[in-house]
Amino acid sequence: MSQGSDGRAAFRYKTAELAVAGFFIVLGLIVIYDSIRLGAKWGSDGPQAGYFPFYLGVIICISSAITFVRGVLIRPEKNGTFVEVQQLKLVLAVLVPTALYVGLVPWLGIYVSSALFVALFMRWLGKYPWWMVALVSVGNSVAFFLIFEVWFLVPLPKGPLEALLGLD
Amino acid sequence: MIDDLQSLMHGFIVVLTMKNLLLMMVGVILGVIIGVLPGLGGANGVAILLPLTFSMAQTPGGQTSAIILLSCIYWGALFGGAITSILFNIPGEPWSVATTFDGYPLAQKGRAGAALTASFTSSFFGALVAVLVISFLAPVVANFALEFGPPEFFAVYLLTFCAFIGMSKESPFKTISSMMLGFALAAVGTDPVTGTLRMTFGFMSLLNGFDFLVAVIGLFGIGEILITLEEGLAFKGASAKINLKVVIETWKELPRYWLTSLRSAAVGCFMGIVPGGATPASFMSYGVARRFSKDGDKFGTGVVEGVVAPETAAHAAGTSALLPMITLGVPGSPTAAVLLGGLLIWGLQPGPLLFVEQKDFVWGLIASMYLGNIAGLIVVLTCVPLFAAILRIPFSVIAPIIVVICAIGAYTVHNANFDIYMMVVFGVAGYMFKKLSYPLAPLVLAIVLGDNAEASFRQAMLISQGDMSVFFANKLVGTLTGLALLLLFWPLISWLIRRFR
Repeated sequence: MSQGSDGRAAFRYKTAELAVAGFFIVLGLIVIYDSIRLGAKWGSDGPQAGYFPFYLGVIICISSAITFVRGVLIRPEKNGTFVEVQQLKLVLAVLVPTALYVGLVPWLGIYVSSALFVALFMRWLGKYPWWMVALVSVGNSVAFFLIFEVWFLVPLPKGPLEALLGLD
Repeated sequence: MIDDLQSLMHGFIVVLTMKNLLLMMVGVILGVIIGVLPGLGGANGVAILLPLTFSMAQTPGGQTSAIILLSCIYWGALFGGAITSILFNIPGEPWSVATTFDGYPLAQKGRAGAALTASFTSSFFGALVAVLVISFLAPVVANFALEFGPPEFFAVYLLTFCAFIGMSKESPFKTISSMMLGFALAAVGTDPVTGTLRMTFGFMSLLNGFDFLVAVIGLFGIGEILITLEEGLAFKGASAKINLKVVIETWKELPRYWLTSLRSAAVGCFMGIVPGGATPASFMSYGVARRFSKDGDKFGTGVVEGVVAPETAAHAAGTSALLPMITLGVPGSPTAAVLLGGLLIWGLQPGPLLFVEQKDFVWGLIASMYLGNIAGLIVVLTCVPLFAAILRIPFSVIAPIIVVICAIGAYTVHNANFDIYMMVVFGVAGYMFKKLSYPLAPLVLAIVLGDNAEASFRQAMLISQGDMSVFFANKLVGTLTGLALLLLFWPLISWLIRRFR
């Protein structure tokens, strides 16, 4: 762990514990709500569709409530760093482009968006010269195209570029 | 016994075709690469490649070829995890964490070759013991399980899941939350019994529910990359050189640790069969070896014995995790769970009937475990520098490529863009869960087994007209349920015992 200026905590454990436990409780409540809507009792022909999930929801809520309370009781001196600012920056530097990437797939197809994604990474985080960026990103997509479309005959999402080249 | 040997011989004949041997080599090499790369591991490596076997499994004998390919990826990944632990002090797989304790110091002392040889050889030994156990125990267990009805099967599921709660080091409440989330995700979509739509809230994409493959790719793949990233973008490691001289010298040294090896193999087999998994097995065996060894206080400074113990146990556990999978349909590890999902997709019903109806498949698989591990040992001993070179590719190049591979893997499951989005969501969840020590294995197992567990529960309830006493109706189901409850309340019991001491 670096102790630089950016070694500050972005979040502490307590915050993260409570957020995740809270998230679980909300999910549990959704499960319970939908199970009751479907019927969580014993029907004329056996257990109804919501019977099993209803209890799942109840158990999620109880166990997460305990985790939540334990989270509240974390004493300040034991409340360590969950993620440092510097670490969070790196994580977001991957997560945000990844989210953009998967959002682009339906529009551009997986090959073009993958090439853009790899190129962005190499140029922005790796600071590679442009010729290498182009070589690796395009080469990677071409390799995947050959493996999936040609060799394994598994069609992947394609976009306008493939249509232009008559590849789909 | 003689029958089993004959079946096993028949299995070898099934495996020893050019095509299957080729698939075995491909599987092992891919597996080692997957094990070496951060963010790709046994579970999600197999998950990504599973869709590619859909068409392969349709051909006659194809199911056997498909399981050989996928299980060999698993063996390869088990071997590969050790390479990064020893050379780079980065465990490629969770079960290789204990290998870093002595493996990396050995590498720093310039004995990387010895550490690698010791680790590969002990992995092989652990696997061999586990495969022997499977060969002779699996038919017995399967035979026994043929008598099982729905209450017994539900009791076995209950036992599996309660074992996670009782044996995990994490908070039992977090284990329960994570497991129940898995069951809830499995329940989304069409109810298998009545056909009612559950928890879809009008979204068409949720009709088929959440696929465990997408969850595995997200949780283990994307989640793992995010965690690896926190440590920075560069890997720095020792150089890998293995030559015949080092191998032979290390092999001469290894027989000294025969007791440690046997003990670790036993711990591993036990932890693999009950769903403890390879990771706790490796830690446990390292701890036991340190306590019983003459050089116990030198552990952690780079002793070969400290590599032998966790590697033997991890590989034994990883291999024996397949025993409950093929005999009962209950996987002992996340990767075994993915393989089980594969069987279901190929149209095979895992469980005791496999030994009756799919003899070729089961014994082919078992025979391939022997050969696959031999192939694995040869591949890793000869190609270490090559695999280590993969890790020298900078993270800013390899990370996006891994993300792309994960995305392709998630898409090919159902040819749905929705699954790629879910992969990212599961990735973030995996990152948070891992950092807050919510265990991921029970979550994955619950998604895979959710439908089956619910079906057997409801069938049992139908038989008994809603009376819970069906789970104590006879000795067998009573013992299983009783054991399950004991494990479920074990954290409470052990807390009480500590309290009163």
